[in-house]
Amino acid sequence: MARKPAAVAVPNIPELTEAQELQAYRSMLLIRRFEEKAGQMYGMGLIGGFCHLYIGQEAVVTGITMATIEGDAQITGYRDHGHMLVMGLDPKGVMAELTGRSGGLSKGKGGSMHMFSNEHRFYGGNGIVGAQVPLGTGLAFAAKYRGENTVSLAYFGDGAANQGQVYEAFNMAKLWSLPVVYIIENNKYAMGTSIERASATTDLSLRGASFGIPGEQVDGMDVRLVLEASERAIEHARSGKGPYILEMLTYRYRGHSMSDPAKYRSKDEVTKYRAERDPIEQVKARIIERQFGTEESLKAIEAEVRAIVNEAADFATSNPEPEASELWTDITVAA
Amino acid sequence: MPTILMPALSPTMEEGKLSKWLVKEGDIVSPGDVLAEIETDKATMEIEAIDAGTVSKLLIAEGTEGVKINTAIAMVLGEGETPGELPPQAPDQIGSADPGDEGPLNAPAQGETSVTAEAKAPAPVAAAPKSVAEADPDLPEGVEMVEMTVRQALNEAMAEEMRRDKDVFIIGEEVAEYQGAYKITQNLLQEFGPQRVIDTPITEHGFTGLAVGAAFAGLKPIVEFMTWNFAMQAIDQIINSAAKQLYMSGGQVHAPIVFRGPNGVASRVGAQHSQDYSAWYSHIPGLTVVAPYSAADAKGLLKAAIRSPNPIVFLENEILYGSTGLVPKMDDFVLPIGKARIARQGADVTIVSFSMGMRYATQATEKLVSAGVDVELIDLRTLRPMDSDTVIASVKKTGRLVTVEEGWPQGGIGAELAMRVMDQAFDFLDAPVMRVTGKDVPMPYAANLEKLALPHVDDVIAAVNAVTYRS
Repeated sequence: MARKPAAVAVPNIPELTEAQELQAYRSMLLIRRFEEKAGQMYGMGLIGGFCHLYIGQEAVVTGITMATIEGDAQITGYRDHGHMLVMGLDPKGVMAELTGRSGGLSKGKGGSMHMFSNEHRFYGGNGIVGAQVPLGTGLAFAAKYRGENTVSLAYFGDGAANQGQVYEAFNMAKLWSLPVVYIIENNKYAMGTSIERASATTDLSLRGASFGIPGEQVDGMDVRLVLEASERAIEHARSGKGPYILEMLTYRYRGHSMSDPAKYRSKDEVTKYRAERDPIEQVKARIIERQFGTEESLKAIEAEVRAIVNEAADFATSNPEPEASELWTDITVAA
Repeated sequence: MPTILMPALSPTMEEGKLSKWLVKEGDIVSPGDVLAEIETDKATMEIEAIDAGTVSKLLIAEGTEGVKINTAIAMVLGEGETPGELPPQAPDQIGSADPGDEGPLNAPAQGETSVTAEAKAPAPVAAAPKSVAEADPDLPEGVEMVEMTVRQALNEAMAEEMRRDKDVFIIGEEVAEYQGAYKITQNLLQEFGPQRVIDTPITEHGFTGLAVGAAFAGLKPIVEFMTWNFAMQAIDQIINSAAKQLYMSGGQVHAPIVFRGPNGVASRVGAQHSQDYSAWYSHIPGLTVVAPYSAADAKGLLKAAIRSPNPIVFLENEILYGSTGLVPKMDDFVLPIGKARIARQGADVTIVSFSMGMRYATQATEKLVSAGVDVELIDLRTLRPMDSDTVIASVKKTGRLVTVEEGWPQGGIGAELAMRVMDQAFDFLDAPVMRVTGKDVPMPYAANLEKLALPHVDDVIAAVNAVTYRS
């Protein structure tokens, strides 16, 4: 049953090229289908522990990553599957990590919240709320120390925005003009606590004001706006002007984790976001309207994405668990 | 044609009650439509449809309790699908029957595809691999020995390593302009400049996390804590970010970083500024913990720590900063981490200590030796990995062990040593192991009480007398 989000042309909304629209559609769809599959597999007991899905927030990481260049580093909290998929990490490796198998990105020793890639410069996958903010600031410090022209993108949620270490990091980032963009993925709920119940001030883009860090609120459901703001923020950081804050107004359709009874928000609220603001449906409607594709050509992309996801799920369920000897490896680097 | 399975809704759920159906047979559903409510011991949760289709059959009646996860509870037909034959339902069936649709996930239970982690007995695994440290390098013949303070030794170690590797930098409070709160970083700013000798705001949690992030990116930070007491603000970044990173990334990302500063009791600074963290950090897999006593060890081990690819907790002692010792004058004096030093060989009793504890132990040993007790004195130097071999070999020789530390007794280094000796040399013991520790109280301020709270030379002598049955 097709939903009909408005694809209205609002002035000042930058239009994407055909290639960008199709890239955004495919990336976001890959996250959506991957996460739905992960949810199913969790339900079947194939994935254990905590599993935080990114469904609804796809436009954020997709738009930001489209504004990066090779060598830029990214780091986030525990809701990390989408980031890895968009950054080009192998979906099979991600899914196999979720199932705790030897072919997982962390050999099955990390799990949903702990995956990394030096090659793609993805630094996790961090389970302690807010810890990734100083860490991501340190990635920017390293870039500046070495005179590299790379930027660090540090993602955190509206919940983490109330952690003290975030402001310690803001202070140093501005003091030392570090090339870091802070992306606050404000999905309105820190686990089950709404931002209004947790934050004395709810415009999180202003949270850098006392350090002189510029910030802006962005419609995080519209990948065009995410990309446009990210280009501005990343350019600011890369050109030596220091940190920048983007507050992405977004929404997660699913619970905080799989075991979330979702008693803290109304069903209508969720339904309304899904029906009217869905990031993927927005792109899809534009692609058809602007004749960058047809229902048929989009179905072909859908089929291709489903095949990738099924292949990942297949691998993640047939790949063996790590050898028992792996228990004792990777504790320290042999000097 | 997807079969809807009873889902697991939390890490620990095994079964639940199907409390309510919100659809009936024949209903058309869209993705996201709520199909049923499931009650677990924790909460009532909803099951949503993943794909569009028609509800063809409800397999479990509402109100049924104890429905095991992965039991088929309903069938939903997609567009143009016809109901296939439903396989016989086992109550604890894992997976469901629908080959051909979504690949192996909906295939019948068999082999790897359907076995959950906890269903399999873990394979037996060998004991932890043993770390074997090298012996100290032989000093070149006729090498000049220079007397210097521990402070100078630490300062030289950092300066030499910073000259050697431009990825090494020092960051912390008052390390640059002020020349170090305890003057350990004296003149480093002058030599290496503000890019590599970095004063921070008073923000331990933040600058520690920042330094760990820089280490992930390949730099080799030295983080100075003005004292280890303040590092408690940053302990999450030390343990959760630095120590565990290599393991949870499956060996991909490591943190070559040194956390250093004065640890333990200073003098008359009260409870919050007088604490020994030796046992705390030595508890953590992934960390290497070094606690030197002598000037030579301070220099050789700090140089080794800076070169190590691992996160190192380097515990100094304020009271020892001014004490002097002989340090070999060499271009590159590096000592092996993980190796204890036998400070005095003896046959009657083994005393094991480290850092400031060595001062009490050394003074006690002098008195005991002149009283005719042949003490073997061991300085652990590294607390993790702990050099058990040296301690065990000694106890097998002497049959008696006294441990000395400033930290609290419960879960302390002495407790760990006693356990290792019981484990590996029980039959060689001629007396119970005895611990000399700080008293089990927060550090008081009053001079007389502070003195009472600390270990003393006489305590060590009394313990040795007890285990040698001389008292």
